[in-house]
This record gives sequence, C-alpha cells and structure tokens, in this order.
Amino acid sequence: MSSPPQTPAQSPAASGGGSHPDVPKWVATTGRRKVIGLLFAVALLGVVALFSIAVGSRYIPPGEVLSVLFNPDDSQASTIVHELRIPRTVLGIAVGLALGMAGAVMQALTRNPLADPGLLGVNAGAATAVVIGISVFGVGNALGYLPFAFAGAAIASIVVYLIGSAGRSGATPVRLALAGVAVTAALTAVIDGMTLLDPETFDRYRFWAVGSLSGRGMDIFWQVAPFILVGGVLAVTIGHSLNALAMGDDVGRALGASVTRTRVLSGIVIMLLAGAATAAVGPIGFVGLAVPHAARAITGPDNRWVLAYTAILAPILLVGADIIGRIVVQPAELSVGIVTAIIGAPVFIALVRRRRVAQL
Amino acid sequence: MTAVENKPPVTLPLAAVRLGPVSLRVTRRPLIVTVLLAVAVVGVVVGTCFLGDYPLPAGDVIASLLGNGSTATDFVVLDLRLARALCAVTIGAALGASGAAFQALTRNPLGSPDIIGFTSGAATGALLQILIIGGTSLAIAGGALVGGLASALVVYLLAMGRGAVGYRLVLVGIGLNAFLWAINWYLLITAKLEDAMSAQVWLTGSLNGRSWDQLWPVLGVVLICLPLLMIASRPLGLLEMGDDAARALGVRADRTRVVIVILAVALAAGATATAGPIAFVALAAPQLAKRLTGSVAVSVLPAALMGAFVLAVSDIVSQRLFAPVQLPVGIATGVVGGLYLIWLLLSEWKKGRG
Repeated sequence: MSSPPQTPAQSPAASGGGSHPDVPKWVATTGRRKVIGLLFAVALLGVVALFSIAVGSRYIPPGEVLSVLFNPDDSQASTIVHELRIPRTVLGIAVGLALGMAGAVMQALTRNPLADPGLLGVNAGAATAVVIGISVFGVGNALGYLPFAFAGAAIASIVVYLIGSAGRSGATPVRLALAGVAVTAALTAVIDGMTLLDPETFDRYRFWAVGSLSGRGMDIFWQVAPFILVGGVLAVTIGHSLNALAMGDDVGRALGASVTRTRVLSGIVIMLLAGAATAAVGPIGFVGLAVPHAARAITGPDNRWVLAYTAILAPILLVGADIIGRIVVQPAELSVGIVTAIIGAPVFIALVRRRRVAQL
Repeated sequence: MTAVENKPPVTLPLAAVRLGPVSLRVTRRPLIVTVLLAVAVVGVVVGTCFLGDYPLPAGDVIASLLGNGSTATDFVVLDLRLARALCAVTIGAALGASGAAFQALTRNPLGSPDIIGFTSGAATGALLQILIIGGTSLAIAGGALVGGLASALVVYLLAMGRGAVGYRLVLVGIGLNAFLWAINWYLLITAKLEDAMSAQVWLTGSLNGRSWDQLWPVLGVVLICLPLLMIASRPLGLLEMGDDAARALGVRADRTRVVIVILAVALAAGATATAGPIAFVALAAPQLAKRLTGSVAVSVLPAALMGAFVLAVSDIVSQRLFAPVQLPVGIATGVVGGLYLIWLLLSEWKKGRG
C-alpha cells in the first residue's frame, strides 16, 4: 500500500508539465470515456428522480403522475406529487450531492481513506446541538432541528479545525484526523450521557439520528440550498489544488498550490456541505465515506473527476435508496439512512474487490 | 494516506537486551514512559479501592488489601472495587493493544478493531440477543462474540488476495461496517423504547456489576495474546518498507499480518464480550502513548498500558461524577480520552513540535 496510484503516464505529465500542473496527458486520452460515463450517470439520475416522483406508498398511475406533474390541479394525486414527492426528491438530490462532495474533499484533505465528512466534527456537533435542542428547548420536528444542527456542525468543525491546525506545521492531515476523532469522542460522550439520563430525549434523538427524508418539505430545501450551492462551487474550484496536495505538502507547494489556503477552503467546503446536509436530514454516514471511493475506482485518483462523479453518483444512491425504502415495507417506510447502507454497502464491497483500487 | 510523522527519532538506543532467540532494542524515553505508565496504572487501581458510595476508613481498606480485613470490608473492597478496577485495567489493556496493532498494520491513525467490522458485528450480535431473542448478560456476551468474530472473518476473507491488502481491508471494512450499522439502527428504532434504552447502555460500554467472574476470561485472553502480539508485531517496522523489501529481510509478510489480525481481534473480542463496545480507547490509547514516548510508530506495550490507564481513570470518573447514578464507562472514556488527546495536540503546539 505504499506504492503510488498506478495510473499510466501520470508521472510524466506531472513532472513534465512545467511549473503549473496542466491537464495531464492521460485525461486527454481517456477523458472522452469519462465524459460519456458522466453523461450516462446524469441520465441515470434523471431516471431515478422520475421514479422517485412516480413511486410511493399510495399508488398513482404513471399517466396521472405525468399529467399532474405539468398541470397541477387540486386533486389528491397532484398534492401528493407536488407537496410530498417532488420536495423529497429535490432534497434527496441536494443532500446526496452535498454529502458525497464533502466526503471526497475530506478524504483528499486528510489523505485518509477512513475519513468521512463527519470526521471534521460535523455530525457530532450537529447531534449534540440537536440533543440540547430536544432536551432543553423541547424541539420536536425536522424544521426545528435544522438551526440547532447547523449551528452545532459549524461550531464543532471550526473547533476541530483550530485544534488540528494549532502548531507550526499547521493543519497536517494526521493532526486534523486526530482532532476530529478527539472532539467527536468528547461530544459523543455528551450525547450518550444526555440521552441515557432522559428516555424521552433518546426516543426523539434515535429517529433523528438514523437520517430520513420523510416529512421534509421544500422549506427545508430552501434553507440549506444556498449553503450547498456555495460549498459545491467552492469544492469544484479547489479540485485542482487538492490534486497537487495529494502528492504531499512539499510537492504540492512546489507545484504552485497554496497549502494553507487549500486546507482552509477545504474545511469551509466540508462545513458548508456536510453541515447543510446533516441539518436537513440527519447524519447519514455511508454516502460521504463510500461514494468517493466508488468514484475513485471508476475515474482514478484525479480529484476533479472524483468530485464530478461523486456529485452524480451520491444523489443516485440516496434517492434510489429512498425509493426502495418507500416500497419495501409498505405502508410504513424504511429510513433512507438505513437503506442507503444496506443496498450501497454490498455494491461498494463488490466494486473495491473487482476493480484495481485507486489509492488516495 | 499514511501516518508517518516527519520527525526522526530523537532517542538513541540505550542497550540491546538478548534472551536466547529474542533480542530487544531498548530506548530511554519509551522505557521511562512505559515504567511510569505501569506505576500510574497500579496507582489508579489502588486508589479506586478507597473510593465508593459506601464510606470506609482508609485503615480498613488497607487491611482488606493486605488480606486481613473483615468479611464486610473484604466484600466491598475486594469483590466490588478491586475486581472492577482490575476489569477496567484488563479491558483497557486489551483495547489499547488491539488498537495499536491495527494502527501499525494499516499505518493509519484511525485504525482500530472497528475497521475490520469487529465492533459493529459484535453490536449486531448483542442487539439481536437483547432486542429479539432476549437473554442473560452471558447470552449477550455470546451474541457479541459470535457477531464480532463472524464479521471480522467476512471482512478478512473478502479483502484477501490481489495485493494492496491493507488498503482493501480498510475499504471492505468500511462497507461491512456501514451495512451492519444500518441493521443496528433499524433494530434500535423499531424496538420498544425501554428495550432500546437497555441496548443503548450495552452499546455505550459499561463496567457496572463486573466482578471476578467476568475478570478471569478476559484476563486469560490478555495474558496469552498480549505477549504474543508484542512478539508478532516486531517485524511491523520492516513491513512498512513494503512487502518486497520486508520479504528480502526475512519477514513473511502475509503470515505476520494474519497472526497480528487474529491476536488483535481476540483481544478486542475479549474486551467487547466483557464490557460492550467501549468507544475510543482503542483509537486514542496508541496515539496518546506514541506522543508520550516520542516514538515514530505506535507500539503495543505502551498502548496497552495507556489503554488500561485511560479506562481505569474513566471508570472512576463515570462512577463518581454523578454518584449515586452510575453512568456507563463508555461515556467517560470519550470525555477523558478525548479531552486528553485535545490537550496533547494543543501542547505540542506550545512546544513548537507537531
């Protein structure tokens, strides 16, 4: 595992591209296939989104779904499609994209395959704030949890970043990861303590903590959308610098990337994306951890491609899992956080077993 | 992705100890830190015997410890306090050593028995036992053991072959962990609230009510596996140079890995079956020990002692902080270990290191 990623012709491109790491040669040769693959993924996401609007615990014939989709009336079918299914589909896409991209940036930032977006303290901070919201302020619904979760996520990730970056060498990957682990552990202890001493808080908390899209309306989407938009755009702009840093701080610096600026921006991206996603639907673990690995198995180690594929694959997984969760135990529902892992994990394991693994 | 620190070792070998086929290189600072940690562990165990809800004069406690106390004080001091403290020390040592082995094996500071799916599998086994089958604490321990060992085996078999073993192990572990936790959460949200609460107590990890009966099995595991692990993990430094280089130097890379994984999982299994999945000790103890000893790589013995120390202190905190309410020790490990690790990271900054 000490050998660098075996991508043909990558090293000549990296070393021969002058002071600025221009687009490596291998992207030019295999880029077309990756673009086609990406377009295919986008089309698949479209199909999944349509399914998500068409399918639900109450059966509506496909023709009726289509007609009310474009001509909303005041029938029950129209209400279900527009007030329930479209919001949760849109929110699922946004949250999936945010979690996936946050995970890809987190893994690139810490150069650690075990890093998930929650490692920056986002999930633990959000959960702690939600538990405080439940037990102290008596909050009890998704919209009420949102500000608590977002504030908690922001505070915790800033604290983690400050602890991890304290010191002469700044936020080295190892220190960031350890700071994240330490803060997460301390906060988890607080959560466990508060929930164990108060059964009612535990009861509400356990349903928030699985992560669910149900009952989330457009109001929640509009509250988190700006953060996801800004975070997503920022993530795309730093993909290039993350590539340079993947070879180590010194090489990255030599290639013209600002190490500190890239790290700070990465931290902001993760805070915005993962914080918004967790605030909207609760902590969903698997997406941010596994989808970037799956994307890397398809694209190779270039972070720009990893980000692009992750941004499409993660929503497919999340929305697809949500559809399945609505169908399998009708009329009840399985939370999307559970279904995501149950169907995603076997696919993920098969993928990392079959493919040549592209290491970070 | 590796955790190789950029600092060269500052300590020079103090002496080389040779005992037949075994030779050890002893360096000054790790040696001093290890001895101090051992002393601290003994100190905490003895100190625990003086603390408790039932007030006892110090003289009675000392009499009991020396073997000439009355039946009543013997029960409180030996059966309740000492046995529990020894449980904490043993389980902490098992977790610390197991974490050190996984971190050294994967060269990843986030490595722990969790990554091979052991903890989540144990949790699934225990939850099924608590929520669906129902049973005594012995049955729960059995369920945890079966679940944990089965999932560790599945991860190892799925990750085997085709090179990049360490990396693939990590990735397959991520997948199986996510799968198992999804099941665990499903069990938790579909269960009745009081059942879910008692499951949550088990999931947090607790030493409440642990005594001699629970101590002996896990102590046996530690006494057998810890020395073996210390011997088996010596070639790990050579493995870091890559499998080919290690092979050239006479290390059988694959066999070394298998042996280490088996020993580390056995230690984690003993600890988890006894006290539940106590969070964070396996993760933090090796890093804390590494930072105190100032060594380049994580090593097993200091990590084991650090794990014992952290868990023993945590148990005192969890017993005394909200007394007479007994919080599970897993809560205190997060606070004690987490804050200590934060402090250590920050103090490196003050010294201008790190």
